[in-house]
Order: sequence, then C-alpha cells, then structure tokens
Amino acid sequence: MAILTKEEAKKIIDKVLSYSKADEMSVALSGNRTGNIRYARNSVSTSGETTNLSLSVTAVFGKKSGTATINEFDDASLEKTARRAEEIAQLAPENPEYVPMLGPQNYLETASFAQSTADINAEYRAQAAFDSLDPCRKKNLTAAGYLEDTAGFSAIGNSKGLFGYNKATSVDFSITVRTADGLGSGYAIRDVNDVSKLSTKAATEVAMQKALASVNARALEPGKYTVILEPAASVDLLGNMMRSMDARNADEGRSFLSKKGGETRLGEKLFDERVTIYSDPANIEIPGSPFGGGGGRFGGGGSDGRPQEKVAWIENGVVKNMYYSRYWAEKKGVKGVPPPSGFIMMGGTQSLADLIKSTEKGILVTRFWYIRAVDPQTLLYTGLTRDGTFYIENGQIKFPVKNFRFNESPVIMLNNLEAMGAPQRIGGNLIPPLKIRDFTFTSLSDAV
Amino acid sequence: MKRREFMQLSGLSLGALALPSGLVMGREVSAEQLLQPGADVAFKKQLADIALNAARSKGATYTDVRIGRYLQQYIFTRETQVQNVTNAESYGVGIRVMANGTWGFAATSDVTPDGIATCAATAVAIAKANSKIQTEPVVLAPQKGVGEVSWKTPLTKNAFEIPVKEKIDLLMNVNGEALKYGAAFVTSNLFFVNEQKYFASTDGSYIDQDIHRIWPTFTVTAIDKAAGKFKTRDAISSPMGMGYEYLDGLASEKIPGPNGLVGYRNSYDMIEDATMAAKQTKEKMTAKSVTPGKYDLVLDPNHLGLTIHESVGHPLELDRVLGYEANYAGTSFATLDKWKSGTFNYGSKLVNIVADKTQPYTLGTVGYDDEGVPCKEWDLIKDGILVNYQAIRDQAAIIGEKESHGCCYADNWNSVQFQRMPNVSLRPGTEKRSVLDMIKGVEKGIYIIGRGSYSIDQQRYNFQFGGQLFYEIKNGELVGMLDDVAYQSNTQEFWNSCAQLCDKDDYRTFGSFFDGKGQPSQVSAVSHGSATTRFNGVNVINTGRKI
Repeated sequence: MAILTKEEAKKIIDKVLSYSKADEMSVALSGNRTGNIRYARNSVSTSGETTNLSLSVTAVFGKKSGTATINEFDDASLEKTARRAEEIAQLAPENPEYVPMLGPQNYLETASFAQSTADINAEYRAQAAFDSLDPCRKKNLTAAGYLEDTAGFSAIGNSKGLFGYNKATSVDFSITVRTADGLGSGYAIRDVNDVSKLSTKAATEVAMQKALASVNARALEPGKYTVILEPAASVDLLGNMMRSMDARNADEGRSFLSKKGGETRLGEKLFDERVTIYSDPANIEIPGSPFGGGGGRFGGGGSDGRPQEKVAWIENGVVKNMYYSRYWAEKKGVKGVPPPSGFIMMGGTQSLADLIKSTEKGILVTRFWYIRAVDPQTLLYTGLTRDGTFYIENGQIKFPVKNFRFNESPVIMLNNLEAMGAPQRIGGNLIPPLKIRDFTFTSLSDAV
Repeated sequence: MKRREFMQLSGLSLGALALPSGLVMGREVSAEQLLQPGADVAFKKQLADIALNAARSKGATYTDVRIGRYLQQYIFTRETQVQNVTNAESYGVGIRVMANGTWGFAATSDVTPDGIATCAATAVAIAKANSKIQTEPVVLAPQKGVGEVSWKTPLTKNAFEIPVKEKIDLLMNVNGEALKYGAAFVTSNLFFVNEQKYFASTDGSYIDQDIHRIWPTFTVTAIDKAAGKFKTRDAISSPMGMGYEYLDGLASEKIPGPNGLVGYRNSYDMIEDATMAAKQTKEKMTAKSVTPGKYDLVLDPNHLGLTIHESVGHPLELDRVLGYEANYAGTSFATLDKWKSGTFNYGSKLVNIVADKTQPYTLGTVGYDDEGVPCKEWDLIKDGILVNYQAIRDQAAIIGEKESHGCCYADNWNSVQFQRMPNVSLRPGTEKRSVLDMIKGVEKGIYIIGRGSYSIDQQRYNFQFGGQLFYEIKNGELVGMLDDVAYQSNTQEFWNSCAQLCDKDDYRTFGSFFDGKGQPSQVSAVSHGSATTRFNGVNVINTGRKI
C-alpha cells in the first residue's frame, strides 16, 4: 500500500483536485517503506521498519496559501483535506513573493527504482549485518555499522494540469571498524539505488584493512600539505559549496559568489580550469528525481514542480549557473534552474592507487568529520580527519598519522588542484579522488 | 522537511547544532487544532494496558509503552514578510519490549486496541529475531513503579494559545528595528514545541507529562556591496523549557554587561537584542582582524554553553564511552579506566560540572525520563576530577550505579528511546565577582559572546569554536571589536586553564534545541548553565581568507 502505482497516485490526486474551490490547488502524495539495522560492539543494537503514506494539499487564493495533510484516503477525508487547506489559505497572511503554479511539465525518465531494494526484508538486513560482523569478530576487531533501505514513490499534481510521478529506492551503508586496543579505526561508506550492487562484506573489509593499518599513528607537524582526498572526505566540502550557489544570496551580496561593487561571479573563472561540475538526473550511476523533492539527496528543487535537467554549474573552472527560486528567477527575468538532486564532478581515469603512486610527499585522507562553516564569505570550513589518515612518501603509504584539524575553503582547494582520479558514487553524487596541494591543517588531534 | 530545505526556509545561518531531516515531525494542521485536547488519561491508561498485556502474552519480560502527541509551531519571517507558518501534529504509540534479553521496538499511528496489540506483537517478534545474533544480553537497573502520576512544564503563557498574529507582529517589530538600525537583511523565527507524553511500563508506572519548549531567534546581516563584504549577528537568546512568558523581556532578568551589552536570564527582550544586533553587525564590518596567538578568554554563558555541551556533555555520555555510537557520533576520550582511577584531572579545581534534569526553565527538565525514571541531579566533575557519566537503565550496572540517572529520551512516539544528554552545567564561583571585575584582571584577552562556528573530534579532544561578538581586552579594559577569531584547544588542557568564575548573579543557561545523535538520527533539546568564566592562555587563530 505504501508504494502506489502511477495510475493509483493520479486517481487520488485528480480526486482531490476535483474538490477544489480555490484559485489554484496542488497535491503532493508520497509513500515509502523504510527499514534499518544498527550494530555496535559486534552485536546488533536496534532494528526497525516503518511505512508511511501521506497526502499534502495546498490551496491558494490570490497570494495567500494554506496546506493541510492527511493519511486517510477515503473520499470524505480527501474532500475534508481540500476544504481544510482552503480554510487555512483564507486565514493566511499574503505572501508578496508568491508565484502562480506551473502548468504541465516534461519530466525525464530516471532509473531510480530497483525491485531488489524494494524486496529487502528483516532477514536480508540480519544477513547483511552478519556478513559485516562475522569477519570482524574472527579478527578480534570491533564493528559498528548501520544499514538503512528505503523504497518509495512521490507524485505531484496541480489544478493547472501538472502531473509527475517517480519511484525510487535507496540503500545507505556505513561501517566503522576499531581494533580491540582502540588504537586503530577504519571506515567505509556506500550508497546504491540497487542493493544487488552492495556488498557489506566487501565494504567492511576496506574498513578492517584501514583499522589495522592505522594503529600507532605518528604525529606530524600541522601545516600545509599535499593531500589525496578520497570521495568520502571531499563530498561534504563540495556539497556545502554546491548548496551555497543560491542566486538570490549572491545578488543580495551575501555569498561567496558576491563580489565588490554588487555584482556576482557568474561567468567568472573561480577554480582551476580542470574543474567541471554538473548535474544530470538521468545519469545511470546516480539516478535522481525528475522533479524537485522526493528522492533527491540534495534537497531537490523543492516541491514547485520544476523539472530537473542536465545543468552545468562549473565548467572548466568558470561559474556557469546559480540556482534560483521561482520568485527570484521571475524578478531577475531569467529561466532560473532549481538546485540539483546530486552533482557530478568530472575526473580522470586514474585509480586511488595511481594517485598515491605519483605522490612524492602527501597525506591520504579517508574522511573528514564535524565540518562546520567558519566564514560564509570565503566558504572557510573547519573539521577533522578521521578513521584512516596516512603519510605518503615516494609513491607509497609509509605510516599512519595522527588526525589533523583543517581550516580550508573548497574554493581555495579547487584552485590548488594537482590531479583527479576516476569519479566514484558517494552520497548520491559522483566525485573523483582529488589530489590537492597546500591543504591547510591547523592543529593535531589525539582522537582515534 | 529536509535539513537543507529547512535552512533555506528559515534563513538560519549554520548556527544550530544539528538540524536533521524530519525536523517537522507530523502532519500539518491548523493553529486551532493544536489547542484541541488529546485523549484523556483514563483512555490512555486503557490503551497502555493493552500494549503491556499483549507484549507479556507474546513472551516479553519487560515492556514500556509511550502514547505521544507531539505539537510544533514554527514561524519564519524575513524583513517585512512572513515566509512560512508551520503547525504540525504527530500522534501515535511506541512500544519497547525485552524478550530473550534483547530489545525490540515497534511503533504505529494506528492508536486503536487492535493496532496497539499488533504493534506489541511486532516488537516482541523483532526482539526474538534479533536475540539470535545478540552477544550481550541486556541488564536493566531496577526501577520501582511510581503509580499514576503527572508532570507539567511550569508556565504562565501557553505559547500555543497565543494567536499567530501576535507572534507575527512581534517578529515584524523585531525585523523593523533591525532594519531601522542599519541591517541590510534580517530573518527571524519562533519555534514552539509541546510534547504530550503518556508512559506506562510493566514496573507499574503510569506517567502523564505535558512538556513545553520555546526558541526565539534571528540573524541580522549587514552588507557593504562596494567592498563585497557581509557580516552577520545571531540572536543571543536561549531556547528554554518555558511558555510564551520567556518573551516578556522583564527588566529584572537582564544582566547589564560592559559596553552596553545585556545578558538575558529567564526572560528575553527580542526587540532590544535585534536593535543591538543591527548596531553591532555594522561595527563588525570595520572590526580589527585578530592577531593569532595566546589570549586569556573571558567567555559569556551564551557562548560557553556550547563549549560545555561539546567538550563535557558529549564525552560523558556512557553509550559513547562504551562504543555504541562508534559508527556515527564517535566514542570518547573519557574512558572507564580514567573514571575508575578517581584521579583523572578533567579540569582545574574550580571546575564543578553537574548534570540534572531538574533546573527550572531549562530544556532538559521533566518529571520522568522516557523509561519512567524520576529525574534528579548528580555530579559529573567535582573539584576538577571526573566522577560520573550519564547513564540509563541498561547501562547503570556497568558503572556500578544502583539506579538509572534518568536520561533516556526519544524524540517522537515512533523513535526508540536511548541515552540523551541531560542539562550539563558549570557551577558558578562562590566568591563575589561580576564580569567587569573579571575583565579588570585580564592583561591580554578576548571577551567572547554568543554561539558561532563549532567543531570537535570524534573522541572529544580537539575543538575549535567561534562566536558572535569578540572584544579585545587590553590591560583590564575592552578596547574594541575583533574579527576573524576562533580558538582551538584540547578538552583537558582547556578545562585545566579555567582560572576564574563569576558568581551566581551572572549565572544563565544556554540551550541547544536540535542536538543530533543516533542512527537514524534523533534530535533532543538541552540546556547548559554557567556564569562568565575565564580561561588562561588559549590558542587563538585568524580565520580570515581571500578567495
């Protein structure tokens, strides 16, 4: 029941719209089944499963809108919800930034649903956890991990004839393996739409190897180092930068894309010329939602119904696009694309091993942790390395090093680009391992 | 609502501790519906007994049930307009059982006798299935049933009874004042939460609680377009366990500070703070960039609360110490051997840190936790020595305690309860001392107010904190504003540099409304009290960059 077909969803949406007495009405219908299993200290700690199906109705009179939600689907409940939304709208303050709803849109087909994931059950989860726990127990290592699977759908429709439907599945798995003495720690993270592409055992083996290799880390002086950032390390910094590409903030002078004199950096070369970042909901490696909201890991385009398209954000180091709300796009007289549901950074063909081999002196970073903005003007962030940080010399990993705190901006980082490997899927994005020079580490941490 | 959508919606800077997905939990309703009474206690007791009996009949050796109605009202504005008003209600039942020494949990929004009985059976089935791969059977600290009892947040104005228009008018006045005094932009928000929780367990407890929380906040932005520069200042309010009376702005609750600064105790003047913020944000545009080095820091309670939260509150969570959070939030440097030694010097002799869920007006204060344990106060650090942790019923035995500390919490009926931070506070000094007295004794220092950027490692050794306002102290006087300030330290080193405390007259609480932990992530709200405190010789870095 939680995953309705396109026809079932359309029938409910059309029924609600038939009750409308408002100037405009939109309906969003979504449902999912999500389950999880969590383990720590080599034993399962919690596990659960929930199903949800909910309907949200927005009614608009002039520039006043109201929303009501319900999880009952008989005709009387649907009509009651439409009336409720209309009542709330009549009482609401006027929104001067309201933009009338969109008419019919063309949405891309995306391959975001996999039946294998929708079929996951409690036995599958227990087995997946066991496949991760068992090798750790045998090697006297301690595992703590989490697997969460979701299968769901999202449908939207409005009184101007717009209709969209998408089914999506996702699986997120992460594993931290620690040595019994607490002196070593390793990590791996995977996300897929199709669970047949996930091996919790293979991911766990990476974390086990890192845990064993990170024991007895040595202290290096903080300072500027050449680093190789695995995608799990760079994803948050790059994601934060992508989320800061809002056009209104830039136009208002409060963004890293604002510049002296009140203009923006749109069209300017702000990064190394090899930096190209785009989004494409139809990309087969990271299929996203064809419209905003529901399924996108990156905030999507909200629920305004704008289609997700292929968009170049940064091309050869030049800022090509910023994202717009519909209001701001109209005010500025531009088409205005919504924020993407995932991004793709183009890379090279080299493996992580190749990048290490070509490094004279450097630090390999598995992941960063507790990343927080320090200065929104320069996109300066701070955070720490975690779960596997290694010193590289003459093309080889020499020894594990103690964790560092960094203070660095992704803008500066992408100007100090040395090399890129082949992009890998991470958190619904495709990101290459990056070799960066002069990355700023400001202090040492004793944390393992 | 996704966290990022929330951030866009609210215009909040990255100040909140954690704003996970699912921040608005429940269905949207009208404001009037938030005032409708939920099910009465007698009815809830009947439903709870169905859950307890159903689980017992399926083989559970212990069961607790939480029937929860969670109400939220959030209001977001910018400049002269309302961006959004969200009213949400969530109602359902969460049932936790123990079978074969293993926990099982299930939840349902089907709050009927049949729905509850089915949910209880599911919870038992999950417990039995998981017991096959369980290697550590659960041991529960004993808890005597408390019978039929109730508890309410003491408040004089239920925020949900105040008309939305009055709240919008307040925020429009706040925004108007900020714009009048030079702000280019201002966003302001009000958050109200009401948890109506009914708890019952096979220990013989039937507990009805009505819990209220409030958080007014804003961000003021000043822009110099010609220079391509902008600065912000967030509100120095604190989220509180109070009703709408927190916004009364009582003069008696204001603590005057140096340079016309004002601290707010248990009553907040939002318009006054917005006015000051607009002026201070303009001043920040021309503030001197800090010279890196060692400084004596004078930390205001509205700033120090977050440092306490991150460097004392989290590392002393027993589930982190034991490894249950290893894959997410991390573990802790404050290991059991350090505690057992009885000599681990967490801080200087001045450092007395107390945990509680009983301080009036605070976010952590309730009558009973989500395991039915009556709330209390206990020491975590005494005269600088680590003496205890924060534990719940299935952890108490591990640290030799005979009873739980009462810090179990679930953020919704459909979330499983687990160990969450109680209020963790630094006791004020016993000698009479004001902020001005403290500043007079500092030769080279920085006075820091408000919560800024914050980051700490997964074992809670190395941290970096920013703030909202920084004033340079030279030879006992404030000489002007500084910019680009952040301090980096190590937890033990930092707390051992604690050199002086202001007295109880300066004591105030800081709060975190959305503290995140667990997988799937849950939020909780917690307060941290302190008086202004001095730390000597802390490493300050300059965070200014050019791009």
